[in-house]
Amino acid sequence: MTLPQTILAIESSCDDTAAAVVRGVPGAPKAQVSSSIVFGQTELHAAFGGVVPEIAARAHAEKVDLAVAQALDAAQTDLDGIDAIAVTSGPGLIGGVISGVMCAKGLAAATGKPIFGVNHLAGHALTPRLTDGVAYPYLMLLVSGGHCQFLLVEGPTRFRRLGGTIDDAPGEAFDKVARLLGLPQPGGPSVENAAASGDPRRFALPRPLLDRPDCNMSFSGLKTAVLRARDTLIADQGGLYRQDIADLSAGFQDAVADVLAKKSARACEEYLSLAPDTPVLCVAGGVAANQSIRARLEDQSASLGIAFVAPPLALCTDNAAMIGGAALEQMSMRPADGLTLAARPRWPLDDTAPAMLGSGRKGAKA
Amino acid sequence: MCSDLFDIVLSTPDATANLAQQIGSRLHVGDTLLLTGDIGAGKTHFARALIQSLQDHPEDVPSPTFTLVQTYDTRKGEVWHADLYRLSGPDEIIELGLLDAFDTAICLVEWPDRLGDDAPPSALHLNFTQMDVPDTRRIKASGARDKWADKLEGITHD
Repeated sequence: MTLPQTILAIESSCDDTAAAVVRGVPGAPKAQVSSSIVFGQTELHAAFGGVVPEIAARAHAEKVDLAVAQALDAAQTDLDGIDAIAVTSGPGLIGGVISGVMCAKGLAAATGKPIFGVNHLAGHALTPRLTDGVAYPYLMLLVSGGHCQFLLVEGPTRFRRLGGTIDDAPGEAFDKVARLLGLPQPGGPSVENAAASGDPRRFALPRPLLDRPDCNMSFSGLKTAVLRARDTLIADQGGLYRQDIADLSAGFQDAVADVLAKKSARACEEYLSLAPDTPVLCVAGGVAANQSIRARLEDQSASLGIAFVAPPLALCTDNAAMIGGAALEQMSMRPADGLTLAARPRWPLDDTAPAMLGSGRKGAKA
Repeated sequence: MCSDLFDIVLSTPDATANLAQQIGSRLHVGDTLLLTGDIGAGKTHFARALIQSLQDHPEDVPSPTFTLVQTYDTRKGEVWHADLYRLSGPDEIIELGLLDAFDTAICLVEWPDRLGDDAPPSALHLNFTQMDVPDTRRIKASGARDKWADKLEGITHD
């Protein structure tokens, strides 16, 4: 019987700076999230139309110590009460990842506690273990600003990628469509808001790759189609009316939801061939916050008789609790990393999968 | 001295990829391509095709919008694929390490206007325009004639 461990976790691989204290038995499902602090940079980034990496790095460096102190306070503990330190060591914006890794190494050196570098994507992929105790193997759709992939989660360190985007991630497409339509950044919420009063059927937007029998997706052409529709409207009527923006947003969102739902059905087929006892489709990542997309995925899994799990939003978007949870899952299966832990801007979860981005030829994933 | 090198219209994404491969095969460390054009004009598609054509085992080439820079090992040395859209000014280019990479790698740079005066004078400029016909792109190349005219000699397109 392994004793419960208390993990201090740090995550700073994209736009948020986060720290958390998580307590649980290594390898056991469902851990206790004692605290989870997230300092957002949304306002900082809004003016720049997306995440500005350099600003992100500087802000992470300034905020990470504070986030750690607040996470310890909120968990009513201190560094003495911590058994191990977990940190996102990739993939992501390199400046942010380095800020987090340096902070974690400093804490590890000062306290003598072991340090575990955790893959950011593994953190997302293992969140259903932390929140809902979902049994392996489960199917995970990870869909965010920088990522979009179907993962078969077979164990704490065993991930099989069934497919993913061959170009842009949906979150990036939302940002770019917002930019094309003059909506504020970040694009996810602003496009969703605009879409609420729009007619998704007014513009016929493409559903790329739906004709292919695999789990790969493409969102770059969809963005280009929105651009063409916008330019046609501007040429015809001299500008965009509020309703045009709403209808284009709705059409775009509907196309993304459609592709994700239908490709989920394909991924589920592959997953079900493993005959899991209690099949579950999980979704994580910022795009899972989109209500319309979430509803479509829920309908899709219901129609296949598969349970649907979407962790609470705070643990679905970037956070440090998921990193602590992943460390708890993994720590009984692998050694700690030590102070030579390096930041990895690119770090595939499944490096045996052939390249998905681009021509689909063989090779390691980015 | 920057002069016009070619101005072509390509009617399919495959034709753009073919052009990217031909140009890629002529590049060496120290060469920089500056890719300009609006969102959806085909810059990333071109870069992806070029990078993968230089790899024995082609890797995923995700859009660099999110990570700003992606680096790849290729037969021709290291390739940097950068998207500077989200940078706010030339100061940030230095911290990115891109200026060093101009000498030590093949660099493909999207939204290179952020480079300001730091753009390498010997770079090849490729401007992408989306035409009214779907999938069709116009690509205009310009650069230092003494460097690029010979290098691009015999490039074909359909």
